[in-house]
Amino acid sequence: MTQPVNPAKSHIAPDETAEQHAAFEARIERGEKIEAGDWMPAEYRRQLIRMISQHAHSEVVGMLPEGEWIASAPTLKRKTILMAKVQDEAGHGQYLYHAAETLGATREDMIDALLTRRAKYSSIFNYPTMTWADVGMIGWLVDGAAIKNQTMLAGASYGPYSRAMVRICSEETFHHKQGKEMIVLYAQGSAAQREMAQDALNRWWWPALMMLGPHDADSPNTGIMSKWGVKLKTNDEVRQEFINEHAPELLEAGLTIPDPDLHQDEIGNWKHGPINWDEFWAVIKGERGLGQERLATRQAAHDDGAWVREALQAYTNRQRAVAAD
Amino acid sequence: MTAPTTSLSEVQQAALIRKLTALADDEIILAQRGGEWTGQAPILEEDIALANIAQDELGHAGLYLELRRALDGTDADTLAFTRSADEYTSARFVELPKGDWAFTMLRQYLYDAYEALWLDAARKSTYGPLAEVASKAFREERFHLQHTALWVERLALGTPESMKRTQDALNALWPYVGQLFQPVAGETELVDAGLLPDLNAVKTRWEGLIVPHLTVQCGLVLPPAGAEQPGRDTHTEDLAPLLLEMQRVAREHPDVLVW
Repeated sequence: MTQPVNPAKSHIAPDETAEQHAAFEARIERGEKIEAGDWMPAEYRRQLIRMISQHAHSEVVGMLPEGEWIASAPTLKRKTILMAKVQDEAGHGQYLYHAAETLGATREDMIDALLTRRAKYSSIFNYPTMTWADVGMIGWLVDGAAIKNQTMLAGASYGPYSRAMVRICSEETFHHKQGKEMIVLYAQGSAAQREMAQDALNRWWWPALMMLGPHDADSPNTGIMSKWGVKLKTNDEVRQEFINEHAPELLEAGLTIPDPDLHQDEIGNWKHGPINWDEFWAVIKGERGLGQERLATRQAAHDDGAWVREALQAYTNRQRAVAAD
Repeated sequence: MTAPTTSLSEVQQAALIRKLTALADDEIILAQRGGEWTGQAPILEEDIALANIAQDELGHAGLYLELRRALDGTDADTLAFTRSADEYTSARFVELPKGDWAFTMLRQYLYDAYEALWLDAARKSTYGPLAEVASKAFREERFHLQHTALWVERLALGTPESMKRTQDALNALWPYVGQLFQPVAGETELVDAGLLPDLNAVKTRWEGLIVPHLTVQCGLVLPPAGAEQPGRDTHTEDLAPLLLEMQRVAREHPDVLVW
């Protein structure tokens, strides 16, 4: 579904022509991928850099809440699986930074934008991980919601982003299965495990719904990116797909979804009760949640690593000088 | 994997269990230290690389403990998550806190070189199950060694600050590294029987590999050899807090059957 684009707002930059835009939009209409060297509107480039770098930052900051539990994973196998998962997230961050680099962004600028709060990341990662079961619940719900969004983005018109998404989705699907396997096991495990699983669901259900973004009526960035073939579904459509898949599975696992209004409508869609968007915006603005702490951790890692990056550069310069002699 | 336990004497079996446990303990503790860098590495690519190395170390620990389970039936997770610091047999070298990136990379390099050479020799073990495990782990360890050797070189030949940090790391680590080459009780008999590599021979090869790299290639100065180290029953004060964190969830729920 395409949202109406505000006709009063032109996306044609002063040095661009309506003909260029028409040709560009015709390519998208024909289902062609736009590649790095192709002509594209400046606004398309700007919005993609914003989206892709935000996505990359989400992967990198997203390493922190789960990464905290690597040290305390209760078996050697779970520790290895979690390390591999967090490693995959670093890898996703890397592909995505590269995808944004194809549009002219640099890693340094993007990281600076994150640390100086000019760029956002998904506020889901500002929620604390309170127990070991959160690792499973994040895999099942947060990765589950991310996959719905990323599957849509795999069809996006920008080739490098689309291809990164295909690869990321296949790895995320694995994480999703691991998370679900863990929670289903705990939901049928000891009393303490069942309690942990339910408690994790109580805390992650609503944030998982919210991470798919504001309702369509309140989503400022949807319009033009729908028209340009990047955002192929609306937030509410993706959210509905997520709930339809996960609500019955959570119930089947024997868990209680913390929404008294949740019900299935006449055509089979699971409908959620009212979402507390005040909480969503408070977490985004950093009034609630661990936004300050997450960025402070990233900042400290960045600062502590500065001498290493300088050494790498110095070593590379020296090798080049030797090679040039 | 079935171990031909019948061909081992009781004394040999007990010594082999001690050795396998010590090998696994070093891997577990070093992987735990490596995991502390998750999300904190100086560049994203190193988050990926170090997580990979730590997973391999955990994998090797699992292989050694599987060999032990075949001998005495002890479960790997029970060993990893219920023993106290007193019962662990890790070397102090791997217990030391993660330090800065120079310390982490240099320790990993010294360890990888030791492990690669030990595994290379263990591939010829007359104990089939160990020879099999060593062949598998050796392939991975060669990649670790390439990676960490290059890091030590980059840091030692980088900036004055990185050179100083790398030299400081070497000064701090060097007194502890000899412990990796100390035999466990009964190990000598297993070496004589061809089950285990001779640690003196491994050490000679190790020195032949790392000393030229550190000194000639990287321009570092080897500190004087330290005094003889106590054995694996003596730990740093860092081990107990590490285990406290590592075993927290498992110990909190002793009734849980499956995680």
